[in-house]
Order: sequence, then C-alpha cells, then structure tokens
Amino acid sequence: MANTYTLIASNTLSSSASSVTFSSIPATFTDLVLKISARSTEAVADSSFDTKFNSVTTSTYSRVRLRVNGSVVSSSLFSNASNIGGSDNVTGSSATANTFSNVEIYIPSYTVSQNKPVSLFNVCENNVTAFHMNVQAALWRNTAAISSITMDGIPSSGQFVSGSSFFLYGIKNS
Amino acid sequence: MSETLTKIVVNCETGEQQVLPLTAEEIAQREADAAAFAVAEAERIAAAEAAAAAKASGIAKLLALGLTEEEANALVK
Repeated sequence: MANTYTLIASNTLSSSASSVTFSSIPATFTDLVLKISARSTEAVADSSFDTKFNSVTTSTYSRVRLRVNGSVVSSSLFSNASNIGGSDNVTGSSATANTFSNVEIYIPSYTVSQNKPVSLFNVCENNVTAFHMNVQAALWRNTAAISSITMDGIPSSGQFVSGSSFFLYGIKNS
Repeated sequence: MSETLTKIVVNCETGEQQVLPLTAEEIAQREADAAAFAVAEAERIAAAEAAAAAKASGIAKLLALGLTEEEANALVK
C-alpha cells in the first residue's frame, strides 16, 4: 500500500506549448502519478492529447476506454495504438472561457521489466450539461523502465494553453 | 509566417525546464499522430453511429410487434 506521495517535478505553462515532457525520471519510486489541468488551443469544445513513454511511437500501446458525453455512453478498443490517450480528454478553446480539463494518469511499477499497465481518468470541464468523461485502461507492451513521459497535443494544430499545469508525483510502497 | 511550435522539457533530475522548438522529425511525428488519430476517430464514430442505428431499428421492430416503448427500451438497453 502506498504510503508516500512525492512531487518529482511540475510545470505550469507561461505560454502555449505543443508538448510537455518529463525527462530523466528517477527510478527510485514504485509508482508514478500525473495530475494535469489543461486546455487546448484547438477551436472545439473537447480537444485531445496523447501520452507516450520513452519517446516510443511504435504500435505497442493497447487501450480500452469507456466514455460519457452528457447522457451518451460509448466504449472503444485499440489493440495496437502508437500512444496512450485519445479523443476528448482536454478542454478546447470553444468551451466556456477559463475552464480546464482535469486528468489523472496512474502508472504502477514503472521500473519493473514487464509490460506497463496504465489507467487514465479525465473530465473536460465546460460548465454545460454535455461534457466528456473518460475512463481508460491501457497497457504499454514494453519491458523498459519508464524514464520519460510526453504529453502531446493533437491534432497537429492543437497546443496546450498558458496556465495548463502538469504535476508528476512518485509513490513508494514503503 | 507560420507559428513556431515549441515543446517543454522538464528534467526531473536537475529541475531544469527548457522551451525548445520542435524539430522537423518531431513535427512529422506529430502530423503522423494526427493522421492516425483522425482515422481512429472516424472508425470510432462510424461504429457508434452503426450501433445507434441498429438500436433504433431494433426498437422500431419491437414496437411493431406490439411492445410498449418502455418495454422495447428495456430490452435493448
């Protein structure tokens, strides 16, 4: 059972950026947790960003997702994705002003020589009835320890706006 | 003049935070990711629309058999 929660690094954007990377992540913790509050420059209500480990972009990520958009529930499965993440996980610039999505990504046992399970939860705040919530379970089929994590705004024009914040925590099991 | 895309790199060992322009390779990867995302989204939306259409068709057939709307909705929920 986790009994510590240590801030490893953080960044609050002072200007828009396409991606945020935490590099040289120490291998001294048991689990990692990312807490993100973000908004995109893309002119939609709900935009998207993806997450990659160790800059790997090959089809080694699997993910299954349950999503709710207002009262509409749907699910999707991707067996050979090139990243973790997906649609509607960050508030876009057409949403109510000054609203941000909140995201948590949990990565247990990030240093072990096994495939890495990952969970992701997010809500795109918009102060309206229909907003997106996502619950995602993913697997990165790679045995390397995770030493860097990149959050990348998509599509290609999407960027994280100034004020978006990214916090990386380490958790120890003793 | 096009906007210069930047990335933030936070070194967790040193605490150094860099703002760097994307390389040509990174921009190409970003565009490839966007294209793959568009394909996956189109597939997901098509599947959702097909499921919704099948559900509506099923409800219509159940209503034609004499079920109430509440009964039909309960069966296809």
